[in-house]
Amino acid sequence: MSNTLSLSASRLDRLFRLLAGASAVLLPLVLVAFLIQLGWGAAPVWREFGPDFITGTGWDPVANEYGALPAIAGTIFTTALALLLAIPPAFVTALYLVDCPAGIGEVLSQALDLLAAIPSVIYGMWGLFILVPLMQDHVQPFLSETLGLGKIPCFGVDGNGFGLLTASLILALMILPYMSAVMRNVFKMTPGMLRESAYGIGCTRWETAKDIVMRYGIRGLLGGVFIGLGRALGETMAVLFVIGNVVEIPESLYGSTTTIAATLANNFAEADGIMRSVLFALGLILLLLALGVQVLAQYYLMMTGSKRGER
Amino acid sequence: MTSIAPVKRRGLFRRKLLDRVVRALSVLALTVAVAAMVWILYTVIRRGVAVISWDFLTECSKPYGAMNSGIANALLGTLAITFGAALLGIPPAILGGIWLAEFGKGTKLGDTIRFSANVMMGMPSVVVGLFVYAVLVVPCGGFSGFAGSVALAILMFPVVMRTTEDMLLMVPDALRESALALGASRARASLQIICRSARSGLITGILLAVARVSGETAPLLFTALWSDSWPKNYFEGPTANLPVLITEYSTNSPFDEQHAAGWGAALVVTAMVLLLNIATRIIFKEKHHER
Repeated sequence: MSNTLSLSASRLDRLFRLLAGASAVLLPLVLVAFLIQLGWGAAPVWREFGPDFITGTGWDPVANEYGALPAIAGTIFTTALALLLAIPPAFVTALYLVDCPAGIGEVLSQALDLLAAIPSVIYGMWGLFILVPLMQDHVQPFLSETLGLGKIPCFGVDGNGFGLLTASLILALMILPYMSAVMRNVFKMTPGMLRESAYGIGCTRWETAKDIVMRYGIRGLLGGVFIGLGRALGETMAVLFVIGNVVEIPESLYGSTTTIAATLANNFAEADGIMRSVLFALGLILLLLALGVQVLAQYYLMMTGSKRGER
Repeated sequence: MTSIAPVKRRGLFRRKLLDRVVRALSVLALTVAVAAMVWILYTVIRRGVAVISWDFLTECSKPYGAMNSGIANALLGTLAITFGAALLGIPPAILGGIWLAEFGKGTKLGDTIRFSANVMMGMPSVVVGLFVYAVLVVPCGGFSGFAGSVALAILMFPVVMRTTEDMLLMVPDALRESALALGASRARASLQIICRSARSGLITGILLAVARVSGETAPLLFTALWSDSWPKNYFEGPTANLPVLITEYSTNSPFDEQHAAGWGAALVVTAMVLLLNIATRIIFKEKHHER
C-alpha cells in the first residue's frame, strides 16, 4: 500500500467519523431548536396576556380572548383517567405474560404489540363511529341509571357519548400495550434467584409479584407508567375524534372538553396573528410537559438498569 | 430492608384464593385487550372491504358530496411522503447510531445524545407538526408534501438511531477487533463488517419506524394538509394523504358515502402498517433463529 493511499484512507476515516458525529449531534440540536422555535413563536402571547394566559378560561377569537386553562385541565383529566384505567390491567397482564407457558405468552405478547401498532387515527375513527354511539345508548345510561352512579356529584347524568370518559377509555386502550411491554421487561430483569427464593419459602405467585418483583423493579414500573403518561399526554387524533372539542373545563365525566393536542389540531387551519402565537404557546406547554415526563421516565428506567450493573 | 418484618399469619386458603383471583384478573385484562384489538380490526375490515374496489383504489378523490370518490391520489401522496421521510431521516439516523455504538460509548457526549434520543422518542407528534409548520410551511408560503416528509423524518430520527445503536452493540467485539487487526479503517469496519452482520436488525428497525410514521396523522395536518386532487408538486401545495383523508371524511363530512370511503382508506392504512409490522417480526425472528 503506497503512502499516499493510506493517507487518503485515514482522511476518509476521519471524514466518516466526522459525518457520523455530526449526525449524532444533530439530534440534540433538533431538540433545542424545538424549544427555541416554539418559545419564540409563543413570545407575543406572553407579551400580550402575561401569566394570565395559563390561568385564563375564556376562548373567544372574535374578542381576542384566549385562556389555556380548559385545554390544560382537559389534558390532565383525560390523561389521569386513562392512567387510572390502564395501570392495573397493564400490571397484571405483564405479570401473567412473564410466567405463563412460553407459547401462549409469545402469541399474546405479539397481539399486544400489534394493538400498539394500530395507527391512532384508526382508534379515533373506531371511537367515533362505534364507541361513541355505544357509550351514548348503553354504557352511560347503564352507569348512571341502572347502577345509580349518576347521583355521585361530577359523575354525569345525560351523556351524548362524546367527552372525557370516552376519550380516556380509548387512551387507556392505546397506552396499555406500551406500559405492559415496559413492565414485562422490568419483571424479566428481576434476578431469577430472588423469585425462586420467594417461591421456595412458600410465597404464592401473587405474593412474589407484589412483595419481591414489584419492590425490586418499582422504579422501572414507574418508568413504564411515565412512558404511558407521555403517550396519553400528546395523543392527538384518537382524542380529537371523541372529546367533543368544546373549550370548557369539564363539569362531569361525560362532559365535552378539549386537550392541548386536540386544540392545536382543531384550530391551526384558521390560525393567524395572535391566535397562531396562542397555538405555539399551547404547543410549548405540551412540549415541556411531555419532555418533563420523558426525563422522569428515562431516569427511573435507568435506575432499574443500573441496579443490575447494566447501563 | 435489613430488618425482617414480623410475619403476619394469613390462612393458606385465603392466600391461595387471592392468588387465583389475581390470576383470573390477569386473564380477564388480557382478554379485554385482545378482544378490543379484534373488535377494531373486525370493524375496519368489514366496513372497509364493503367499499374497496378497483375503481376505489385507482380513482382520484372527488369534492364533498360527489359520488364514487376514490383514494388513489391520497395513496400516492402517502407513499411519496413516507418514502421522502425515509430518504431524509434514515441516513443521518444510521450514521448517528453508528457513532453512538462505535465512538460514543461511555463518553459524556454519547450519554447526552442517547438521553436526548430517548426523550425525543416520547415527544408528541403534534408538536413536531407545529414545529415544521413554523420553520418550513410559514417561510415557504404554503403546505407541501416535502414539509410532511420532514415532520415524519424528525419522528423517525431518534427511533432508528437508537435501534441502530442497540443492534450494533449486539455485534460481538471480536468481529470488530478482527476487522481492525486486519488493517481495516474504522469507517470500513463499521460499514462493511459490523453493519453487515447486524443487517437484519437494522432493516427491522427501519421498517418498524416506517410503519409507525406511515399512519401518523397529527404532524401531516400541519404540513402536507390534504387535497382532493392528484399530487402534482412534491415541494409545493397541499398534498393528498390517507391519514388526513380519513380524518376529513369522518369528522368534517355529513355524507355517508364519504364515511364509507374513510373506512376504505382506514383499511388500506391499517393493512399497510400491520403487514409491515408482521413482516419485520418474521424476518427478524428467522434471522435470530439461524444464529
